[in-house]
Amino acid sequence: MIAFVIRRLLQGVIVMLVVGFIAFSLFNFVGDPVSLMLPPEATQVDRENMRAALGLDKPFYRQFATFIGNAAQGNFGISLRLGRPVSTLLVERLPATLELAIAAALIGLFVGIPVGVYTALNRDSWISRVMLTTSLIGVSLPNFLIGIFLILIFAVWLGILPSFGRGDTTMVGFWSTGLLTVSGLKALVLPSITLGFFPVTLIMRLVRSEMLEVLRTDYIKFARARGLPTRTINFGHALKNTLVPVITITGLQLGGIIAFAIITETVFQWPGMGLLFIQAVQFADIPVMAAYLCLIGFIFVLINLVVDILYYVVDPRLRIERGPGGGH
Amino acid sequence: MSSNEPLLSVRNLRVEFNTRRGTLVAVDDISFDIAPGEVLGVVGESGAGKSITGNAIIGLLEPPGRIAAGQILLEGERIDNLPQEAMRKIRGRRIGAIFQDPLTSLNPLYTVGRQITETIQAHLPMNAAQARDRAIDLLKEVGIPAAERRIDHYPHQFSGGMRQRVVIALALCANPRLIVADEPTTALDVSIQAQIIQLLKRLGRDHGTAVMLVTHDMGVIAETADRVAVMYAGRLAEIGPVQDVIHNPQHPYTAGLMGSIPSIGQDVERLPQIEGSMPRLTAIPAGCAFNPRCPHAFDRCRTQRPDLVPAGATRASCWLLAKDTVASNA
Repeated sequence: MIAFVIRRLLQGVIVMLVVGFIAFSLFNFVGDPVSLMLPPEATQVDRENMRAALGLDKPFYRQFATFIGNAAQGNFGISLRLGRPVSTLLVERLPATLELAIAAALIGLFVGIPVGVYTALNRDSWISRVMLTTSLIGVSLPNFLIGIFLILIFAVWLGILPSFGRGDTTMVGFWSTGLLTVSGLKALVLPSITLGFFPVTLIMRLVRSEMLEVLRTDYIKFARARGLPTRTINFGHALKNTLVPVITITGLQLGGIIAFAIITETVFQWPGMGLLFIQAVQFADIPVMAAYLCLIGFIFVLINLVVDILYYVVDPRLRIERGPGGGH
Repeated sequence: MSSNEPLLSVRNLRVEFNTRRGTLVAVDDISFDIAPGEVLGVVGESGAGKSITGNAIIGLLEPPGRIAAGQILLEGERIDNLPQEAMRKIRGRRIGAIFQDPLTSLNPLYTVGRQITETIQAHLPMNAAQARDRAIDLLKEVGIPAAERRIDHYPHQFSGGMRQRVVIALALCANPRLIVADEPTTALDVSIQAQIIQLLKRLGRDHGTAVMLVTHDMGVIAETADRVAVMYAGRLAEIGPVQDVIHNPQHPYTAGLMGSIPSIGQDVERLPQIEGSMPRLTAIPAGCAFNPRCPHAFDRCRTQRPDLVPAGATRASCWLLAKDTVASNA
């Protein structure tokens, strides 16, 4: 188990180095930062001084090493647009995005799994058919369109939920949360449904097909032959086996939700990292873009690690065998 | 209950599958009894309806399969028309089951101990500790070494033969009167097969449990069964004491089947075989289903279906045996 985690951690470090390299390359591909930072009338001497001050006269690998060293300490430089440290900006924005993403993921799980199980167990009922058709719509409609529809219905027509922003937030330590105020919770509803719609349909369809698969297996038939109650078979035996692959997909989905919150955050003007990133792109604010890239990469690596460990916990076949195995 | 009342009685069982291309008859009007403690072997080629008969008895026919006619009686009580919940209480409690592939019969995510105790507690009024003790006893009884430790292992930590022993322990959890064993040794190594068969035989004897042993392996039947039923195209060709069926088969199909078993010391170039193959369910010929392959077929075999009639020490459904008993085979 420990060897497994260490191996995964090493793989994660390699992934982060690659992501860091791509982020680092941004600085070189998007233009010469010196000419971006100095006024056009600066002399050649000014340029050379600036270059030396930024460490740009050093060889490429030394620059990269410096970048990685700084990044590992959370230092991504100063935002060109806002003139503040990038790490501070991200830390300010991170809670908003994480709260939105986790709310969306919870909607995905708590709606997707029960509906998936229901449609698998009652394959021919009309409710299942309606659910499946709805899910097809959910898979094919773009995210922003759902958001706009929801704003139209609940904010414009009914006027019961806010159409933008995060509502009032409270600071808990460094974490600014919208979960403790009524307006914050109300503001969370529409964006989280918008962002959670796709995971719901995905998880539901996945759970349904996996569960149908599991219900056909010999061990479920044998469980019936043992005379176990139907509930035990469906929820004790079939569902647990169904959830093994669902864990992976949901975990990866969470990373996707955080990364693709960009669109939802733009639609709802949600003050999260995605909105920060979109604005950074418009202003060619490279330090922010690079930092965002690294952070999303880091979150993906972290989630993958957690998913792998969960897999390990759920499926005994993956655990390292202690004691003698079978009689082979 | 009188001592000669059968434990299980199958009467005129008919199993149909409604498909888009019409109704297929997978089991067609078969009747047989199993006495308490008896081992009945059921043989036949693939698709003869053996497993479907077994599934019908444990009430687990897979849709669209359904019992279209006939009755199944367990200790004199009809069980083929019971509601699902009542049938569930019979499964595992009064009729145990063993399936073909021990590798896939066990849930990979739970320890064998958990699967055994949940089965025990589903049927017997025991608390967790009592159920665990019983589970360890069962594992010991089916010959699993170090049962106290192995009970907490997962199925993948057992070999195929050991897993089939676990499956047998699961079938025995609530001490059922009958075990339906569907090809219990087919998926196992030959060397393991004999052990499992011996185990089944011993357990049946020790517990007074009757066994319906479904297999296509005549060797297994010869070694284990008291009586044997030979199935062909969903019908019973012959049924009788195992020695009589093997050494003095009455039905031409049984005779062909026995002729194709190799025996040590037999010195022939090729084993005799039955020409042709069993008809598909969609194309069962009129009259006796075996008539196109039968070397002795005559006109009547092609038009009228024969019923089981006493023949020697067994009963067989063949017009050759019924020439002069036409009136009495109602």
